[in-house]
Amino acid sequence: MNRPDNALQEIVSLLGERFPQKAPITADMHISRDLGLDSLAAMDLLMSLEDRFDVSIPLNSLPEVETIGDLAALIDNTRAGATRR
Amino acid sequence: MSLLARLSPLRDAHRALISSGQDPFSVEFSRVLSATEAIVQGRRTILLGTNNYLGLTFDPSCIEHGIAALAQQGTGTTGSRVANGSYLGHRHLERRLAAFFGRRHAIVFSTGYQANLGVISTLVGPGDHLVLDTDSHASIYDGSLLGRAKVTRFRHGSPEDLDRRLRRIAAEGGNKLIVVEGIYSMLGDTAPLREIVAVKREHGAYLLVDEAHSLGVLGENGRGLAEAAGVEADVDFIVGTFSKSLGSVGGFCVSDHPDFEVLRIACRPYMFTASLPPSVIATTVQALRRIEEAPELRATLRANARALYDGLAAAGFVLGPEPNPIVAVKLPSSETAVAFWNALLQNGVYLNLALPPATPDHCALLRASVSAAHSAEQIAHVVRVFSKIGHEMGLLKAPGSKEPLANAAG
Ligand SMILES: Cc1ncc(COP(=O)(O)O)c(C=O)c1O
Repeated sequence: MNRPDNALQEIVSLLGERFPQKAPITADMHISRDLGLDSLAAMDLLMSLEDRFDVSIPLNSLPEVETIGDLAALIDNTRAGATRR
Repeated sequence: MSLLARLSPLRDAHRALISSGQDPFSVEFSRVLSATEAIVQGRRTILLGTNNYLGLTFDPSCIEHGIAALAQQGTGTTGSRVANGSYLGHRHLERRLAAFFGRRHAIVFSTGYQANLGVISTLVGPGDHLVLDTDSHASIYDGSLLGRAKVTRFRHGSPEDLDRRLRRIAAEGGNKLIVVEGIYSMLGDTAPLREIVAVKREHGAYLLVDEAHSLGVLGENGRGLAEAAGVEADVDFIVGTFSKSLGSVGGFCVSDHPDFEVLRIACRPYMFTASLPPSVIATTVQALRRIEEAPELRATLRANARALYDGLAAAGFVLGPEPNPIVAVKLPSSETAVAFWNALLQNGVYLNLALPPATPDHCALLRASVSAAHSAEQIAHVVRVFSKIGHEMGLLKAPGSKEPLANAAG
Protein backbone atom coordinates (compact mmCIF):
# COMPACT_ATOMS: atom_id res chain seq x y z
CA MET A 1 0.00 0.00 0.00
CA ASN A 2 1.50 3.34 -0.93
CA ARG A 3 0.98 5.90 1.77
CA PRO A 4 -0.86 9.07 0.88
CA ASP A 5 1.17 12.14 1.72
CA ASN A 6 -1.62 14.58 2.43
CA ALA A 7 -3.68 13.64 5.48
CA LEU A 8 -6.38 16.22 4.82
CA GLN A 9 -6.98 15.05 1.24
CA GLU A 10 -7.17 11.46 2.40
CA ILE A 11 -9.65 12.20 5.20
CA VAL A 12 -11.79 14.26 2.87
CA SER A 13 -11.96 11.48 0.30
CA LEU A 14 -12.59 8.81 2.94
CA LEU A 15 -15.43 10.76 4.55
CA GLY A 16 -16.73 11.87 1.14
CA GLU A 17 -17.37 8.21 0.30
CA ARG A 18 -19.02 7.58 3.65
CA PHE A 19 -21.14 10.72 3.77
CA PRO A 20 -21.97 11.57 0.14
CA GLN A 21 -24.89 13.71 1.37
CA LYS A 22 -22.47 15.96 3.35
CA ALA A 23 -20.25 16.80 0.35
CA PRO A 24 -18.14 18.78 0.06
CA ILE A 25 -16.21 17.83 3.22
CA THR A 26 -14.03 20.72 4.37
CA ALA A 27 -11.30 21.23 6.96
CA ASP A 28 -13.44 23.45 9.18
CA MET A 29 -16.26 20.91 9.46
CA HIS A 30 -16.99 19.81 13.02
CA ILE A 31 -16.70 16.04 13.43
CA SER A 32 -19.60 15.53 15.80
CA ARG A 33 -21.80 18.56 15.07
CA ASP A 34 -21.52 18.63 11.26
CA LEU A 35 -20.87 14.99 10.45
CA GLY A 36 -22.80 13.48 13.36
CA LEU A 37 -20.05 11.07 14.40
CA ASP A 38 -20.48 9.89 17.99
CA SER A 39 -17.44 9.06 20.14
CA LEU A 40 -17.44 5.42 19.01
CA ALA A 41 -17.61 6.37 15.33
CA ALA A 42 -14.80 8.87 15.88
CA MET A 43 -12.67 6.12 17.43
CA ASP A 44 -13.40 3.87 14.47
CA LEU A 45 -12.49 6.64 12.03
CA LEU A 46 -9.21 7.14 13.88
CA MET A 47 -8.54 3.42 13.61
CA SER A 48 -8.97 3.36 9.84
CA LEU A 49 -6.76 6.43 9.49
CA GLU A 50 -4.07 4.73 11.59
CA ASP A 51 -4.13 1.87 9.09
CA ARG A 52 -4.21 4.16 6.07
CA PHE A 53 -1.13 6.05 7.25
CA ASP A 54 0.51 3.18 9.15
CA VAL A 55 0.91 5.21 12.34
CA SER A 56 -0.25 4.82 15.92
CA ILE A 57 -2.39 7.61 17.29
CA PRO A 58 -3.44 7.13 20.91
CA LEU A 59 -7.12 7.65 21.72
CA ASN A 60 -5.99 10.14 24.34
CA SER A 61 -5.53 12.74 21.60
CA LEU A 62 -9.17 12.55 20.45
CA PRO A 63 -10.70 14.99 22.99
CA GLU A 64 -8.65 17.80 21.43
CA VAL A 65 -9.91 16.99 17.95
CA GLU A 66 -12.98 18.99 16.99
CA THR A 67 -12.73 19.56 13.25
CA ILE A 68 -11.54 17.64 10.20
CA GLY A 69 -8.61 20.06 10.09
CA ASP A 70 -7.64 19.18 13.70
CA LEU A 71 -7.69 15.50 12.77
CA ALA A 72 -5.49 16.06 9.70
CA ALA A 73 -3.04 18.10 11.78
CA LEU A 74 -2.91 15.34 14.39
CA ILE A 75 -1.99 12.79 11.74
CA ASP A 76 0.56 15.06 10.09
CA ASN A 77 2.23 15.80 13.43
CA THR A 78 2.32 12.13 14.38
CA ARG A 79 3.90 11.22 11.04
CA ALA A 80 6.45 14.02 11.35
CA GLY A 81 7.30 12.79 14.86
CA ALA A 82 7.64 9.22 13.62
CA THR A 83 10.10 10.21 10.87
CA ARG A 84 12.22 12.26 13.27
CA ARG A 85 12.65 9.32 15.58
CA MET B 1 -26.77 25.86 26.03
CA SER B 2 -28.56 24.82 29.21
CA LEU B 3 -27.35 22.04 31.46
CA LEU B 4 -27.95 18.57 29.91
CA ALA B 5 -29.25 20.10 26.68
CA ARG B 6 -26.40 18.36 24.87
CA LEU B 7 -28.07 15.05 25.77
CA SER B 8 -31.30 15.89 23.98
CA PRO B 9 -30.51 13.69 20.93
CA LEU B 10 -30.11 10.78 23.34
CA ARG B 11 -33.39 11.63 25.09
CA ASP B 12 -35.19 11.83 21.75
CA ALA B 13 -33.81 8.46 20.64
CA HIS B 14 -34.96 6.95 23.93
CA ARG B 15 -38.46 8.43 23.54
CA ALA B 16 -38.75 6.93 20.06
CA LEU B 17 -37.62 3.58 21.41
CA ILE B 18 -40.22 3.41 24.18
CA SER B 19 -43.07 4.76 22.05
CA SER B 20 -43.61 1.24 20.69
CA GLY B 21 -43.96 -0.54 24.04
CA GLN B 22 -42.27 -1.17 27.36
CA ASP B 23 -39.03 0.71 28.12
CA PRO B 24 -36.29 -1.92 27.86
CA PHE B 25 -34.15 0.11 30.25
CA SER B 26 -36.65 0.10 33.11
CA VAL B 27 -38.19 -3.33 33.34
CA GLU B 28 -39.51 -4.06 36.83
CA PHE B 29 -39.66 -7.44 38.47
CA SER B 30 -42.48 -7.02 40.98
CA ARG B 31 -41.58 -10.36 42.53
CA VAL B 32 -38.62 -12.67 41.94
CA LEU B 33 -39.72 -16.29 42.26
CA SER B 34 -36.47 -18.16 41.64
CA ALA B 35 -33.21 -17.91 39.71
CA THR B 36 -35.19 -18.37 36.50
CA GLU B 37 -38.65 -16.85 37.08
CA ALA B 38 -40.15 -13.53 38.13
CA ILE B 39 -43.43 -11.63 37.89
CA VAL B 40 -43.26 -8.89 35.25
CA GLN B 41 -46.34 -6.79 34.45
CA GLY B 42 -48.37 -9.26 36.50
CA ARG B 43 -47.18 -12.15 34.34
CA ARG B 44 -45.06 -15.17 35.28
CA THR B 45 -41.93 -14.65 33.19
CA ILE B 46 -38.89 -16.78 32.36
CA LEU B 47 -35.68 -14.91 33.15
CA LEU B 48 -33.27 -15.37 30.27
CA GLY B 49 -31.18 -12.24 30.62
CA THR B 50 -29.73 -12.22 34.11
CA ASN B 51 -26.13 -13.53 33.70
CA ASN B 52 -27.02 -15.86 36.57
CA TYR B 53 -25.04 -18.63 34.88
CA LEU B 54 -25.04 -21.16 37.68
CA GLY B 55 -28.34 -20.11 39.27
CA LEU B 56 -26.60 -19.49 42.61
CA THR B 57 -28.73 -16.47 43.63
CA PHE B 58 -31.14 -18.91 45.28
CA ASP B 59 -28.64 -21.55 46.37
CA PRO B 60 -29.79 -22.52 49.90
CA SER B 61 -26.25 -22.79 51.27
CA CYS B 62 -25.30 -19.34 49.93
CA ILE B 63 -28.44 -17.83 51.45
CA GLU B 64 -27.72 -19.51 54.78
CA HIS B 65 -24.16 -18.14 54.91
CA GLY B 66 -25.39 -14.69 53.95
CA ILE B 67 -28.04 -14.64 56.69
CA ALA B 68 -25.57 -15.76 59.33
CA ALA B 69 -23.06 -13.04 58.37
CA LEU B 70 -25.82 -10.43 58.27
CA ALA B 71 -27.00 -11.37 61.78
CA GLN B 72 -23.49 -11.58 63.25
CA GLN B 73 -21.72 -8.70 61.52
CA GLY B 74 -24.42 -6.24 60.58
CA THR B 75 -25.69 -4.73 57.36
CA GLY B 76 -22.62 -2.88 56.10
CA THR B 77 -19.01 -1.87 56.66
CA THR B 78 -19.83 1.85 56.35
CA GLY B 79 -16.46 2.70 54.88
CA SER B 80 -13.46 1.87 52.75
CA ARG B 81 -10.94 -0.76 53.76
CA VAL B 82 -8.08 1.71 53.58
CA ALA B 83 -9.65 4.34 55.81
CA ASN B 84 -11.97 2.23 57.96
CA GLY B 85 -10.34 -1.21 58.07
CA SER B 86 -11.10 -4.64 56.65
CA TYR B 87 -13.33 -7.27 58.18
CA LEU B 88 -11.97 -10.80 58.47
CA GLY B 89 -14.24 -11.84 55.61
CA HIS B 90 -12.59 -9.56 53.06
CA ARG B 91 -9.18 -11.12 53.67
CA HIS B 92 -10.69 -14.58 53.76
CA LEU B 93 -12.39 -14.09 50.39
CA GLU B 94 -9.12 -12.80 48.92
CA ARG B 95 -7.26 -15.86 50.14
CA ARG B 96 -9.98 -18.10 48.73
CA LEU B 97 -9.85 -16.38 45.33
CA ALA B 98 -6.06 -16.58 45.21
CA ALA B 99 -6.22 -20.29 46.05
CA PHE B 100 -8.99 -20.94 43.51
CA PHE B 101 -6.91 -19.40 40.73
CA GLY B 102 -3.58 -20.70 42.06
CA ARG B 103 -2.17 -17.17 42.32
CA ARG B 104 -0.20 -15.39 45.01
CA HIS B 105 -2.34 -12.26 45.22
CA ALA B 106 -6.00 -11.30 45.11
CA ILE B 107 -7.71 -7.98 45.68
CA VAL B 108 -11.47 -7.51 46.07
CA PHE B 109 -13.37 -4.47 44.77
CA SER B 110 -16.94 -3.36 45.44
CA THR B 111 -18.09 -4.08 41.85
CA GLY B 112 -16.66 -5.66 38.71
CA TYR B 113 -16.86 -2.24 37.07
CA GLN B 114 -14.63 -0.78 39.77
CA ALA B 115 -12.20 -3.70 39.49
CA ASN B 116 -11.57 -2.83 35.82
CA LEU B 117 -11.61 0.88 36.50
CA GLY B 118 -9.04 0.49 39.27
CA VAL B 119 -6.74 -2.13 37.84
CA ILE B 120 -6.59 -0.76 34.30
CA SER B 121 -6.01 2.82 35.43
CA THR B 122 -3.29 1.84 37.90
CA LEU B 123 -1.25 -0.99 36.32
CA VAL B 124 -0.03 1.31 33.56
CA GLY B 125 0.94 4.97 33.84
CA PRO B 126 2.40 7.86 31.85
CA GLY B 127 4.64 6.59 29.03
CA ASP B 128 2.98 3.14 29.07
CA HIS B 129 0.48 1.73 26.57
CA LEU B 130 -2.91 0.13 26.97
CA VAL B 131 -3.99 -2.02 24.03
CA LEU B 132 -7.72 -2.77 24.03
CA ASP B 133 -10.03 -4.91 21.91
CA THR B 134 -12.53 -2.63 20.12
CA ASP B 135 -15.50 -4.50 21.67
CA SER B 136 -14.27 -4.02 25.24
CA HIS B 137 -16.78 -3.53 28.04
CA ALA B 138 -17.50 0.05 29.16
CA SER B 139 -15.61 -0.53 32.42
CA ILE B 140 -12.43 -1.25 30.44
CA TYR B 141 -12.83 1.89 28.33
CA ASP B 142 -13.58 3.93 31.45
CA GLY B 143 -10.49 2.51 33.17
CA SER B 144 -8.45 3.69 30.20
CA LEU B 145 -9.94 7.18 30.58
CA LEU B 146 -9.15 7.33 34.29
CA GLY B 147 -5.51 6.30 33.75
CA ARG B 148 -2.60 8.10 32.13
CA ALA B 149 -1.31 5.51 29.65
CA LYS B 150 -1.67 5.93 25.89
CA VAL B 151 -4.62 3.96 24.58
CA THR B 152 -4.66 1.95 21.34
CA ARG B 153 -7.51 -0.23 20.06
CA PHE B 154 -7.15 -3.39 17.99
CA ARG B 155 -9.82 -5.03 15.84
CA HIS B 156 -12.13 -7.31 17.79
CA GLY B 157 -10.73 -10.80 18.27
CA SER B 158 -7.87 -10.29 15.80
CA PRO B 159 -4.38 -11.37 16.95
CA GLU B 160 -3.01 -10.20 13.56
CA ASP B 161 -4.30 -6.69 14.10
CA LEU B 162 -3.04 -6.73 17.70
CA ASP B 163 0.40 -7.67 16.37
CA ARG B 164 0.32 -4.90 13.76
CA ARG B 165 -0.60 -2.25 16.32
CA LEU B 166 2.00 -3.42 18.84
CA ARG B 167 4.56 -3.25 16.05
CA ARG B 168 3.68 0.39 15.42
CA ILE B 169 4.36 1.32 19.05
CA ALA B 170 7.35 -1.02 19.47
CA ALA B 171 9.89 1.82 19.24
CA GLU B 172 8.07 3.98 21.78
CA GLY B 173 9.18 2.17 24.93
CA GLY B 174 7.10 1.94 28.09
CA ASN B 175 5.16 -1.07 29.34
CA LYS B 176 2.37 -2.51 27.23
CA LEU B 177 -0.77 -4.00 28.73
CA ILE B 178 -3.16 -5.93 26.47
CA VAL B 179 -6.74 -6.28 27.73
CA VAL B 180 -9.18 -8.92 26.45
CA GLU B 181 -12.34 -10.63 27.74
CA GLY B 182 -12.94 -14.35 28.24
CA ILE B 183 -16.44 -14.37 26.75
CA TYR B 184 -17.57 -11.13 25.11
CA SER B 185 -20.85 -9.98 26.55
CA MET B 186 -22.61 -8.98 23.34
CA LEU B 187 -22.10 -11.89 20.92
CA GLY B 188 -20.93 -14.55 23.40
CA ASP B 189 -17.72 -15.21 21.45
CA THR B 190 -14.43 -16.05 23.19
CA ALA B 191 -11.09 -14.29 22.67
CA PRO B 192 -8.55 -16.32 20.60
CA LEU B 193 -6.40 -16.49 23.71
CA ARG B 194 -3.63 -18.85 22.54
CA GLU B 195 -2.90 -16.67 19.53
CA ILE B 196 -3.09 -13.51 21.64
CA VAL B 197 -0.63 -15.04 24.11
CA ALA B 198 1.80 -15.75 21.25
CA VAL B 199 1.62 -12.08 20.16
CA LYS B 200 1.98 -10.91 23.75
CA ARG B 201 5.15 -12.96 24.20
CA GLU B 202 6.66 -11.73 20.97
CA HIS B 203 6.22 -8.12 22.03
CA GLY B 204 7.07 -8.56 25.71
CA ALA B 205 3.68 -7.17 26.72
CA TYR B 206 1.54 -7.94 29.77
CA LEU B 207 -1.88 -9.56 29.40
CA LEU B 208 -5.05 -8.97 31.43
CA VAL B 209 -8.11 -11.16 30.85
CA ASP B 210 -11.52 -10.07 32.13
CA GLU B 211 -13.26 -13.36 32.92
CA ALA B 212 -16.55 -11.66 33.93
CA HIS B 213 -18.68 -13.99 31.80
CA SER B 214 -16.37 -17.04 31.83
CA LEU B 215 -15.60 -17.56 35.54
CA GLY B 216 -17.47 -20.68 36.65
CA VAL B 217 -18.46 -21.23 33.03
CA LEU B 218 -15.34 -22.24 31.06
CA GLY B 219 -12.46 -24.53 31.99
CA GLU B 220 -12.32 -27.94 33.65
CA ASN B 221 -12.41 -26.27 37.09
CA GLY B 222 -14.37 -23.20 36.11
CA ARG B 223 -11.38 -20.86 36.17
CA GLY B 224 -12.42 -19.34 32.86
CA LEU B 225 -11.04 -19.02 29.34
CA ALA B 226 -7.39 -18.92 30.44
CA GLU B 227 -7.85 -22.37 31.96
CA ALA B 228 -9.86 -23.68 29.01
CA ALA B 229 -7.19 -22.47 26.55
CA GLY B 230 -4.36 -23.84 28.72
CA VAL B 231 -2.53 -20.51 28.93
CA GLU B 232 -2.95 -19.48 32.58
CA ALA B 233 0.81 -19.09 33.07
CA ASP B 234 0.88 -16.44 30.35
CA VAL B 235 -2.02 -14.40 31.73
CA ASP B 236 -0.55 -11.83 34.10
CA PHE B 237 -3.78 -10.47 35.55
CA ILE B 238 -7.26 -11.93 35.77
CA VAL B 239 -10.17 -9.64 36.55
CA GLY B 240 -13.65 -10.90 37.31
CA THR B 241 -16.96 -10.12 38.91
CA PHE B 242 -19.11 -11.70 41.62
CA SER B 243 -22.26 -10.41 39.92
CA LYS B 244 -22.68 -13.17 37.34
CA SER B 245 -21.81 -16.83 38.04
CA LEU B 246 -21.29 -16.11 41.76
CA GLY B 247 -24.73 -14.55 42.11
CA SER B 248 -23.80 -11.59 44.34
CA VAL B 249 -22.01 -8.30 43.69
CA GLY B 250 -18.37 -7.24 43.69
CA GLY B 251 -15.23 -7.66 41.63
CA PHE B 252 -11.64 -8.87 41.93
CA CYS B 253 -8.22 -9.13 40.37
CA VAL B 254 -5.73 -11.99 40.91
CA SER B 255 -2.08 -12.08 39.90
CA ASP B 256 1.39 -13.42 40.68
CA HIS B 257 3.03 -10.06 40.09
CA PRO B 258 5.46 -9.48 42.98
CA ASP B 259 4.47 -5.84 43.52
CA PHE B 260 0.74 -6.42 43.26
CA GLU B 261 -0.11 -5.42 46.85
CA VAL B 262 0.87 -1.80 46.19
CA LEU B 263 -2.46 -1.48 44.35
CA ARG B 264 -4.15 -1.21 47.74
CA ILE B 265 -2.56 2.16 48.40
CA ALA B 266 -2.46 3.44 44.81
CA CYS B 267 -5.71 2.37 43.20
CA ARG B 268 -8.38 5.01 43.72
CA PRO B 269 -11.47 2.88 42.90
CA TYR B 270 -10.26 0.53 45.65
CA MET B 271 -9.36 3.21 48.19
CA PHE B 272 -12.14 5.74 47.93
CA THR B 273 -15.32 3.70 48.10
CA ALA B 274 -17.00 1.58 50.77
CA SER B 275 -16.09 -2.11 50.96
CA LEU B 276 -18.58 -4.93 50.43
CA PRO B 277 -20.98 -5.79 53.29
CA PRO B 278 -20.21 -8.98 55.26
CA SER B 279 -23.31 -10.79 53.94
CA VAL B 280 -22.17 -10.27 50.33
CA ILE B 281 -18.68 -11.50 51.19
CA ALA B 282 -20.18 -14.58 52.87
CA THR B 283 -22.46 -15.54 49.96
CA THR B 284 -19.58 -15.02 47.54
CA VAL B 285 -17.22 -17.27 49.51
CA GLN B 286 -19.90 -19.95 49.59
CA ALA B 287 -20.67 -19.54 45.87
CA LEU B 288 -16.98 -20.04 45.07
CA ARG B 289 -17.12 -23.22 47.13
CA ARG B 290 -20.18 -24.33 45.12
CA ILE B 291 -18.23 -23.83 41.88
CA GLU B 292 -15.53 -26.12 43.25
CA GLU B 293 -17.91 -28.72 44.69
CA ALA B 294 -20.46 -28.88 41.92
CA PRO B 295 -18.89 -29.27 38.46
CA GLU B 296 -22.25 -30.72 37.38
CA LEU B 297 -23.64 -27.16 37.40
CA ARG B 298 -21.18 -26.32 34.63
CA ALA B 299 -22.18 -29.41 32.66
CA THR B 300 -25.89 -28.53 32.95
CA LEU B 301 -25.14 -24.94 31.92
CA ARG B 302 -23.30 -26.11 28.81
CA ALA B 303 -26.12 -28.50 27.90
CA ASN B 304 -28.70 -25.72 28.34
CA ALA B 305 -26.64 -23.29 26.27
CA ARG B 306 -26.26 -25.88 23.52
CA ALA B 307 -30.01 -26.62 23.57
CA LEU B 308 -30.96 -22.95 23.22
CA TYR B 309 -28.31 -22.26 20.58
CA ASP B 310 -29.18 -25.31 18.49
CA GLY B 311 -32.93 -24.78 18.92
CA LEU B 312 -32.79 -21.16 17.75
CA ALA B 313 -30.39 -22.00 14.90
CA ALA B 314 -32.69 -24.80 13.71
CA ALA B 315 -35.64 -22.38 13.83
CA GLY B 316 -33.74 -20.18 11.37
CA PHE B 317 -32.37 -17.39 13.55
CA VAL B 318 -28.94 -15.87 12.96
CA LEU B 319 -26.83 -16.24 16.09
CA GLY B 320 -23.44 -15.29 17.51
CA PRO B 321 -20.53 -17.50 16.44
CA GLU B 322 -20.23 -19.87 19.43
CA PRO B 323 -22.72 -21.88 21.54
CA ASN B 324 -21.77 -20.27 24.86
CA PRO B 325 -24.17 -19.32 27.69
CA ILE B 326 -24.57 -15.91 26.08
CA VAL B 327 -26.71 -16.54 23.01
CA ALA B 328 -27.06 -13.48 20.78
CA VAL B 329 -29.84 -13.37 18.19
CA LYS B 330 -29.16 -10.91 15.36
CA LEU B 331 -32.15 -9.09 13.94
CA PRO B 332 -32.37 -7.04 10.74
CA SER B 333 -32.96 -3.65 12.39
CA SER B 334 -33.38 -1.86 15.70
CA GLU B 335 -37.12 -1.56 15.01
CA THR B 336 -37.58 -5.33 14.58
CA ALA B 337 -35.40 -5.99 17.63
CA VAL B 338 -37.50 -3.66 19.80
CA ALA B 339 -40.76 -5.17 18.52
CA PHE B 340 -39.43 -8.71 19.01
CA TRP B 341 -38.23 -7.88 22.53
CA ASN B 342 -41.66 -6.49 23.44
CA ALA B 343 -43.42 -9.55 21.99
CA LEU B 344 -41.15 -11.84 24.02
CA LEU B 345 -42.00 -9.96 27.21
CA GLN B 346 -45.70 -10.19 26.44
CA ASN B 347 -45.20 -13.93 25.98
CA GLY B 348 -43.48 -14.29 29.36
CA VAL B 349 -39.83 -14.31 28.25
CA TYR B 350 -37.39 -11.66 29.49
CA LEU B 351 -33.97 -11.10 27.95
CA ASN B 352 -31.73 -8.15 27.03
CA LEU B 353 -32.04 -5.82 24.08
CA ALA B 354 -28.80 -4.44 22.67
CA LEU B 355 -28.91 -1.72 20.04
CA PRO B 356 -26.39 0.26 17.99
CA PRO B 357 -24.13 2.11 18.61
CA ALA B 358 -23.36 -0.05 21.67
CA THR B 359 -23.20 -3.27 19.62
CA PRO B 360 -20.46 -4.82 17.46
CA ASP B 361 -20.84 -3.82 13.78
CA HIS B 362 -23.90 -1.76 14.72
CA CYS B 363 -26.14 -4.82 14.70
CA ALA B 364 -29.42 -5.08 16.64
CA LEU B 365 -29.34 -7.94 19.13
CA LEU B 366 -31.51 -9.90 21.48
CA ARG B 367 -29.12 -11.18 24.09
CA ALA B 368 -30.04 -14.27 26.09
CA SER B 369 -28.02 -15.58 29.01
CA VAL B 370 -28.63 -19.19 29.91
CA SER B 371 -28.49 -20.58 33.46
CA ALA B 372 -27.77 -24.03 34.86
CA ALA B 373 -31.00 -23.46 36.79
CA HIS B 374 -33.14 -23.40 33.62
CA SER B 375 -35.06 -26.62 33.07
CA ALA B 376 -34.96 -28.37 29.71
CA GLU B 377 -38.68 -27.54 29.44
CA GLN B 378 -38.04 -23.82 30.00
CA ILE B 379 -35.43 -23.81 27.21
CA ALA B 380 -37.75 -25.71 24.86
CA HIS B 381 -40.56 -23.29 25.70
CA VAL B 382 -38.34 -20.29 24.92
CA VAL B 383 -37.41 -21.78 21.53
CA ARG B 384 -41.12 -22.28 20.74
CA VAL B 385 -41.98 -18.70 21.73
CA PHE B 386 -39.09 -17.36 19.63
CA SER B 387 -40.22 -19.37 16.58
CA LYS B 388 -43.84 -18.28 16.97
CA ILE B 389 -42.90 -14.58 17.13
CA GLY B 390 -40.32 -14.98 14.36
CA HIS B 391 -43.01 -16.37 12.05
CA GLU B 392 -45.62 -13.82 13.07
CA MET B 393 -43.15 -11.04 12.29
CA GLY B 394 -42.22 -12.65 8.97
CA LEU B 395 -38.59 -13.03 9.99
CA LEU B 396 -38.34 -16.77 9.41
CA LYS B 397 -38.77 -19.11 6.49
CA ALA B 398 -41.46 -21.77 6.67
CA PRO B 399 -40.73 -24.49 9.26
CA GLY B 400 -38.30 -27.10 7.95
CA SER B 401 -36.69 -24.76 5.44
CA LYS B 402 -32.93 -24.80 5.89
CA GLU B 403 -32.38 -21.37 4.54
CA PRO B 404 -31.23 -18.88 7.16
CA LEU B 405 -32.63 -15.42 7.56
CA ALA B 406 -31.00 -13.24 4.91
CA ASN B 407 -29.16 -10.02 5.65
CA ALA B 408 -29.67 -10.27 9.36
CA ALA B 409 -26.56 -8.41 10.33
CA GLY B 410 -27.07 -5.64 7.76
C1 LIG C 1 -16.93 -7.91 30.53
C2 LIG C 1 -17.45 -7.24 31.75
N1 LIG C 1 -16.58 -6.71 32.64
C3 LIG C 1 -17.00 -6.11 33.76
C4 LIG C 1 -18.35 -6.00 34.05
C5 LIG C 1 -18.76 -5.24 35.29
O1 LIG C 1 -19.18 -6.06 36.29
P1 LIG C 1 -20.22 -5.59 37.41
O2 LIG C 1 -21.55 -5.51 36.76
O3 LIG C 1 -20.12 -6.65 38.42
O4 LIG C 1 -19.78 -4.26 37.93
C6 LIG C 1 -19.27 -6.58 33.19
C7 LIG C 1 -20.73 -6.60 33.46
O5 LIG C 1 -21.40 -5.69 33.74
C8 LIG C 1 -18.83 -7.18 32.00
O6 LIG C 1 -19.69 -7.68 31.12
